[in-house]
Amino acid sequence: MKITKEEVEYVAHLARLDFREEEKVKFTSQLNDILMYMDKLNEADTAGIEPMSHAIALQNAFREDTVKDSLSHELSLSNAPEARGPFFRVPKVIE
Amino acid sequence: MELHQLTIHELQKLIRSKEVNSSDIVKSVFKRIDAVEGSVHAYITLMKEHAFEEAAKADRCIREGNIRALTGIPVALKDIVCTKGFLTTCGSRILHNFIPPYDATVVEKLKEAGAVFTGKTNMDEFAMGSSTETSYFGITKNPWALDRIPGGSSGGSAAAVAADLCIASIGSDTGGSIRQPAALCGVVGMKPTYGRVSRYGLIAFASSLDQIGPFTKDVEDCAIMMNVIAGHDPRESTSVPLDVPDYTAFLSRGIDGFKVGIPKEYFIEGIDPEITEAMRGAMKAIEGLGATCVEISLPHTEYCLAVYYIIAPAEASSNLARYDGVKYGFRADDCKDLLDMYKKTRSAGFGAEVKRRIMIGTYALSSGYYDAYYKKASQVRALIKRDFEEAWKHCDVILTPTTPTPAFKIGEKIDDPLQMYLSDIFTISTNLAGIPGISVPCGFTRQGLPIGAQFLAGHFEEGKLIQIAAAFEKQANLKQRRPNL
Amino acid sequence: MAYEPVIGLEIHAQLLTKSKIFCSCSTLFGAEPNTHTCAICLGMPGVLPVLNRTVVEYTIKMALATNCAINESCNFARKNYFYPDLPKGYQISQYAQPLSEHGYVDIEQNEGKKRIGITRIHMEEDAGKMIHDEHLPSSYIDLNRTGVPLIEIVSEPDMRSSEEASAYLKRLHEILVYLEICDGNMEEGSFRCDANVSIRPRGENAFGTRTELKNMNSFRNVQRALDYEIKRQQYILESGQAVIQETRLWDDSQGVTLSMRGKEEAHDYRYFPDPDLVPIVIDESWVAEVRKNLPELPLAKRERFMRDYQLPSYDAGVLTSSRVLADYFEDVANLSGKPKAASNWVMGDILRFLNEEKRDIKDCPILPQSLAEMIQLIENGTISGKMAKDIIEEMYRTGKPPTTIIEEKGMVQITDEAALAKTIAEILAANTAQVEQYRGGKEKVFGYFVGQVMKATKGKANPQLINDLLKKMLTAS
Repeated sequence: MKITKEEVEYVAHLARLDFREEEKVKFTSQLNDILMYMDKLNEADTAGIEPMSHAIALQNAFREDTVKDSLSHELSLSNAPEARGPFFRVPKVIE
Repeated sequence: MELHQLTIHELQKLIRSKEVNSSDIVKSVFKRIDAVEGSVHAYITLMKEHAFEEAAKADRCIREGNIRALTGIPVALKDIVCTKGFLTTCGSRILHNFIPPYDATVVEKLKEAGAVFTGKTNMDEFAMGSSTETSYFGITKNPWALDRIPGGSSGGSAAAVAADLCIASIGSDTGGSIRQPAALCGVVGMKPTYGRVSRYGLIAFASSLDQIGPFTKDVEDCAIMMNVIAGHDPRESTSVPLDVPDYTAFLSRGIDGFKVGIPKEYFIEGIDPEITEAMRGAMKAIEGLGATCVEISLPHTEYCLAVYYIIAPAEASSNLARYDGVKYGFRADDCKDLLDMYKKTRSAGFGAEVKRRIMIGTYALSSGYYDAYYKKASQVRALIKRDFEEAWKHCDVILTPTTPTPAFKIGEKIDDPLQMYLSDIFTISTNLAGIPGISVPCGFTRQGLPIGAQFLAGHFEEGKLIQIAAAFEKQANLKQRRPNL
Repeated sequence: MAYEPVIGLEIHAQLLTKSKIFCSCSTLFGAEPNTHTCAICLGMPGVLPVLNRTVVEYTIKMALATNCAINESCNFARKNYFYPDLPKGYQISQYAQPLSEHGYVDIEQNEGKKRIGITRIHMEEDAGKMIHDEHLPSSYIDLNRTGVPLIEIVSEPDMRSSEEASAYLKRLHEILVYLEICDGNMEEGSFRCDANVSIRPRGENAFGTRTELKNMNSFRNVQRALDYEIKRQQYILESGQAVIQETRLWDDSQGVTLSMRGKEEAHDYRYFPDPDLVPIVIDESWVAEVRKNLPELPLAKRERFMRDYQLPSYDAGVLTSSRVLADYFEDVANLSGKPKAASNWVMGDILRFLNEEKRDIKDCPILPQSLAEMIQLIENGTISGKMAKDIIEEMYRTGKPPTTIIEEKGMVQITDEAALAKTIAEILAANTAQVEQYRGGKEKVFGYFVGQVMKATKGKANPQLINDLLKKMLTAS
């Protein structure tokens, strides 16, 4: 087993996802298959190879420090599931 | 021939000679949509009213002689590019009501060129899929066989072009999402070099792999579309500040003397024999045009899928964290507190495949696993890129099948993620290396399903791809065949 | 047992750029909620960040000012966690490759200079603000601050007392403000500090278990919180228990640190290089260009003031506490040619006036030229020091130059020897008894005569001249 149900639960929490019990079992098994397949990578010799994080090597892409118009707060909030006055609104963090 | 069946360049001739105007074309396309969209379901949102308004504007431009590259041409957009004031869902419930306050750069460029948008096309949710079956808005069918998938993730855009529900369309390609559906729907699809077409306004799946490209009915249209959408964008840090050539200039150059690399690792077990056969035909056709086929090796090919299915989900797990029910989109009801709101919203807002990839990606980046998965995959990715650099010493372009099989049946692979992932086996390396690729029709199976050939070239060598694809297309002469809808 | 505290500080400073770090929204504080927001800083689907060049420049400045090595190449990483004030679900920060590392600053303690190491300085974006509703189970979110550029300055665990921590904090604050890259306003949150603190038996090399202190929004609170926490840990160890590694919040009203236990997530930030941003390569010519434009830093200025103006350490310290004050003093010192007098007037009357009205030196109504002029008028005897005291008040009140005030009030010192001699002669004639006393050896009467002369001249007579003339005339006749 590459990944246990408990690990699946931990990862789900990190990703803010919730699964029903039977989904957890199914996911655990599917993720195991996928991760087993990933083990293939261990065959590749990567000693001394720099990890590649960009397809094309660019550097120093900047913008100048100038202010441009922002959105109005109506437009900023126009897609919000819940807004109150000029604010986005969310349920409180229960402590 | 009806207007909706024509290509961009054919319609442009008619527009220039004042034989038709944009309203005529748009009318024809929407008539076609009314007739067959019900059975194909290529679109999530149609922009009919808007299209006719824009067509009227285009007609004024035509009368005034102000004709630009795409003036009056109906173009469909994958529902992954943001359109100001128009619903943009990314195929997901979590964005089922999202109306962007801005246009993607590619949308701005198309507008500037005079294109008329017909609507937003269906896609796998967040572009995660190879069949367009994971869309929250229902499945799209392959116009060549309605019980089959059109490929994915840009299945709607491919099907729309194949079924004449638009003249050309825009898709996005993270691991083959343009080329694979183009092949399965019998149209031309190009994934440009990473950084060539701006990603600004393209809803991110895997930022280091995503690239926008066109679906067209032929290679000439592909060149016309590329001329419009390619170019540096200061709003994207990874956009490449290079001049863009006129791609139409490559159309009739021929390929005499071209060396075409055939990677031995791509002709593996599991390829449909009809595809292998079609590839042999393609090689013969190319040699008939004066090119030579040479065997090459891309030794790290076997790792592509594993690398891809670590890097893409890892980036996706982070890119999709913003869908939290706070600023836009879906929010679950009856939430006890913030944590409950997050979990309920994301669990109900995302479909199974998206959640599966978020889980893989989160796991691959999590404490204790980063080195074994994400870092290792990024290192192997460098080796895959190196394979191609080595290959260019021996050939000008590479030829491979676009897909290992023709379009499969709806529902056939949806419960077997690994099998589904394998349908991208030939297209993924391109995205990992950042190189451009094009899929052009190269034949049909006995059942009448399209087969695609994929050409690959070095960074920023889209011109070479247009050059060989155009020559091959002319030789293959498959354009007369149309889906029977 | 004697314990020794071990303290490290993490400082977040907002950079004074006009626009945000990755978009063109304004960074101004205090706007209407959610009006300095755009698709990019709201984390809308499809948007991409582009780095503000000035943020890099300012960070290089701070790195140079704190003796850090600047990495040739650095990059941004994503720090992934969910919170409503973080619209993308990740913060763009620097992780494995920060802009600069391995620096230090020197602080002055009673025992002398002490060097505090700086682990790293990196760039990142600020988060938004949450406002909690007291009556409803809701929170409100303002994303104006989202994407305001920050630098995080992480120190080595080199501080051994709350006083050292406070001195280090003040030193960094002073440098940031001197460089004009941060306004240093702790109340508005543009300069924030978290502390890591542990204690260990004196002489022990291994570190004890540390706690992280947050929510200390003033210099005073940092010191109070550290003092409290050091005592708390000492108490725990002395009673045979163990310190728990945790984050604790400073509660200002109760004067204690409180555990956040339970509210804290197990942190697994899943850092990885941000694929939307490209590496930043800082070559020598860029560093040289920034270095060239670097202002003189407080410590160097302090030492130069002591050396060039012969000022005592304390005076140099006060005068260099802000760049504007130091510039003011230098202008006065150079224009008057009398640095010591300039220092006395600036540190005395000028700072007193300003403090009384809680005004900043940059708003001082007395221009350096005017003060310098006044000092020269004293030097050349036009006015007396006593007169100057009145004049400077008038200058501060009206902003007028000293010559105008002197003219208006007719305050010019009498230096005409003949006229003064005449006045003195009159006074001596009217006070023969006292003259006799003086001549009989009772020299104390001298002061009486001085007073009489001053009275007669309404204080305008040059005191030195009075002295000389009086002595001469009293002994002469």
